[in-house]
Amino acid sequence: MHTDGSSSTTSPTGAPGRAELAAIFSEFIDPAFVIADPETQRPYECDGLSMYCQQPLLVVLPETAAQVQRVLHICHQRHIPVVARGAGTGLSAGAMPHPDGVLLSLARLNRILEIDPEARTARLQPGVRNLSISEAAAPFGLYYAPDPSSQIACTIAGNVAENSGGVHCLKYGLTVHNVLGVELLTVAGESIRLGGEALDSAGFDLLALVNGSEGLLGVVTEITVKLLPAPAQARLVMAAFDTVQAAGNAVGAVIAQGIIPAGLEMMDRHAIVAAEAFCQAGYPTDANALLLCELDGSAEEVAEYALLVEQIFQQQGATSVRVSRDEAERALLWKGRKSAFPAVGRISPDYYCMDGTIPRGQLAYVLEEMEKMSQSYGLRVANVFHAGDGNLHPLILFDASVPGEFTRTEQFGAEILALCVKVGGCITGEHGVGVEKIRQMAVQFSDLELAQFHAIKAAFDPAGTLNPGKGVPLLKHCQEYRALGHGTEPNDRPTGNSAVRHR
Amino acid sequence: MADITAQLVEQVNTARTEGKSLNIVGRGSKAFYGRHADGRHARGEAIAVAAHQGIVSYQPQELVLTARAGTSLAEINAVLQEQGQMLSFEPPGFGADASIGGTLACNQSGPSRPWRGSVRDMVLGLRLINGNGEQLRFGGQVMKNVAGYDVSRLQAGAMGCLGIITEVSIKVMPRPAASLSLVSECDSAQRGIEIINRLSCRSLPLTGACWLQGKLYLRFAGAAAAVESAATGICRDYPGTSSLPADNRFWSQLREQQLEFFSGDSPLWRFSVGSSLSHLLPGADWLIDWGGAQRWLRSADHSLQSLNELVPAGRGEVCGFRHGDRSGEVFPPMAAPLQALHQRLKAAFDPARLFNPGRMYAWL
Repeated sequence: MHTDGSSSTTSPTGAPGRAELAAIFSEFIDPAFVIADPETQRPYECDGLSMYCQQPLLVVLPETAAQVQRVLHICHQRHIPVVARGAGTGLSAGAMPHPDGVLLSLARLNRILEIDPEARTARLQPGVRNLSISEAAAPFGLYYAPDPSSQIACTIAGNVAENSGGVHCLKYGLTVHNVLGVELLTVAGESIRLGGEALDSAGFDLLALVNGSEGLLGVVTEITVKLLPAPAQARLVMAAFDTVQAAGNAVGAVIAQGIIPAGLEMMDRHAIVAAEAFCQAGYPTDANALLLCELDGSAEEVAEYALLVEQIFQQQGATSVRVSRDEAERALLWKGRKSAFPAVGRISPDYYCMDGTIPRGQLAYVLEEMEKMSQSYGLRVANVFHAGDGNLHPLILFDASVPGEFTRTEQFGAEILALCVKVGGCITGEHGVGVEKIRQMAVQFSDLELAQFHAIKAAFDPAGTLNPGKGVPLLKHCQEYRALGHGTEPNDRPTGNSAVRHR
Repeated sequence: MADITAQLVEQVNTARTEGKSLNIVGRGSKAFYGRHADGRHARGEAIAVAAHQGIVSYQPQELVLTARAGTSLAEINAVLQEQGQMLSFEPPGFGADASIGGTLACNQSGPSRPWRGSVRDMVLGLRLINGNGEQLRFGGQVMKNVAGYDVSRLQAGAMGCLGIITEVSIKVMPRPAASLSLVSECDSAQRGIEIINRLSCRSLPLTGACWLQGKLYLRFAGAAAAVESAATGICRDYPGTSSLPADNRFWSQLREQQLEFFSGDSPLWRFSVGSSLSHLLPGADWLIDWGGAQRWLRSADHSLQSLNELVPAGRGEVCGFRHGDRSGEVFPPMAAPLQALHQRLKAAFDPARLFNPGRMYAWL
């Protein structure tokens, strides 16, 4: 899948070659940050999904929004594709470079411009790391709620592009719920302000459209986020179950009781065993399912709900329940879950992380079906699950050095996503479509819906030079994909007057 | 319960063929909102969605309800209440009875909005008929979904300009176990704004904060012990605070704009601003809601432009919410590139400009 950038001198559109473009950018960007040679470009050839690699024409790392604007302007005039990149932690190849395009890294625009403790907002440059927002807000008793597991490295602009979630989004929402405004540069380099400090503004909610748009609609150069008061207390209730079904029922019972936990995570036995071996959090390795339920708020609220949740888990047949007594114990119990991915990485040469979302009630069925697929593909699968909001992360274990195994893994993954859609869910909860899931878009959406997405894209980027080839598939590719038998008929799909039905 | 999608599609196709525009009407509770110019009355033919109603599915344990767009909030609220759940954004029915589709199209949320989110925050998916008469479905019934652009949230506040919403899936929340309202003497609106912002910085179960005519109203909701402890703390820190009777109607009257402040036909201006913005126009007739982020002004002495000039750049904006001249613009002006983008996006959904032309802006 690896290809070297080979269009170093000319391009079919008559755009300038690599050296010429590098010279143009070097007039206003420190030449050390205009990268043309393949060796120095290497770290930029992929994001967190390293199976998809591509070297770009050029990598540029501007230092100011004005420089970003100029880069866009120059590329727009010359019809050069632009792929924006934050920290490159994405998991769908959304930041994979274009062979004839510019990879625009926003990593050097990394200043926190302002923390306003009274208004509870932070104004940020795009390359600010997610975790550093909460660190800067902590002295004021505030924090930034969305906490994707890559939060130590991932940038706020990347979070906006992917509408990132995290383990606390059941209660505190996704990025789209926590961003108040952005400064957006259009593909032509025009500056547009969306939102600001207020909770809403007149006109179309373009802010909602930009969140999760995977860098296809514009480049954000400034972001204003909401900060929340840090909860006075947090406590974690951990419960082990003999069956996934029982754990799933227990999740439903907590919700039915009127409790919205700050986080509610589930791990299956493969994930439990791997995580325990990795960090000795004290997980019961004989359990078939483990629930981690975090409650936060005032001390009184946490005490009341922790007791209630403990009782619910016991009534639902938990084989053991443990409630964290202090911060150290809470951190330890979380550590297993948070290191589940690297833990699984230790028991297999490679793993492939999927990201479907399903209605919670379908969990037991989906896991059972997945187990059958696992046997038929001859590939192991471990599951971690944002149980509160139905976001499933199956980790398919494989060995890339075995010929054909990655292809089988991808087929297995595609089948899992089709299953998610079939039970009323979707192909991606928080990782984005990128390049990785672009074919599966044909399973979730009809041609009319995809055509509407293309029309939206064209309203922002008529020539289609922002992050081309990502997010929304070409209709002819969808027809080909469905013709290969991948089409799934989702429940109760509407038909337009000229709708193309899935087979 | 009726599904009139086919009829709606036919009306759209007929209008397009005949070159007519359409005025989308849900249950008519927000007919006052937006511009009352050209398209709406002169050219627009009413297309009624109210008959397209009924709850399609409701799964309390999944926290999701799906209803046809014409379904009334009263029906939805009643069904949710049976299961101990609610629409956490407290949508107003404006005295009459609003539809869920219109609530989303006008992005209307009540007093709890700063703490519990808006209708825009809670929408998970929808079905839409675009200007080509195509039936489309976006989002879904799950909490997290980043496949494709977020066309569902894009409809919030779009006032029907991008299509006819025919079905909405929405996240619902459990009703709080306990709720308590306090009222405190507070002469100065500026001091009220400061207190509310200070309280909002603390981990308190706040779900309402409003200043009106020398009084500060606070509402707490959540676990009984947490509500009790918060109220005790406020009464200690702010002497002269007392609790409102449990059956008080203050918050519902605020939500429905039935308080004395909202009576009469003097222009009602809505300020959507940063919550900590200093008080503007002292001495004028103000109601401050949403912990400072939504402020209402009654005034016949100001224009849309003069009020928007009062708000510092980036800190918010003003619209003419109700009454006053509604033939000119009622929403704040937009910078040229943003306006052009709105027009291109409108064309992407509704190329023949069928839906609600001129309702939001004369140029849209």
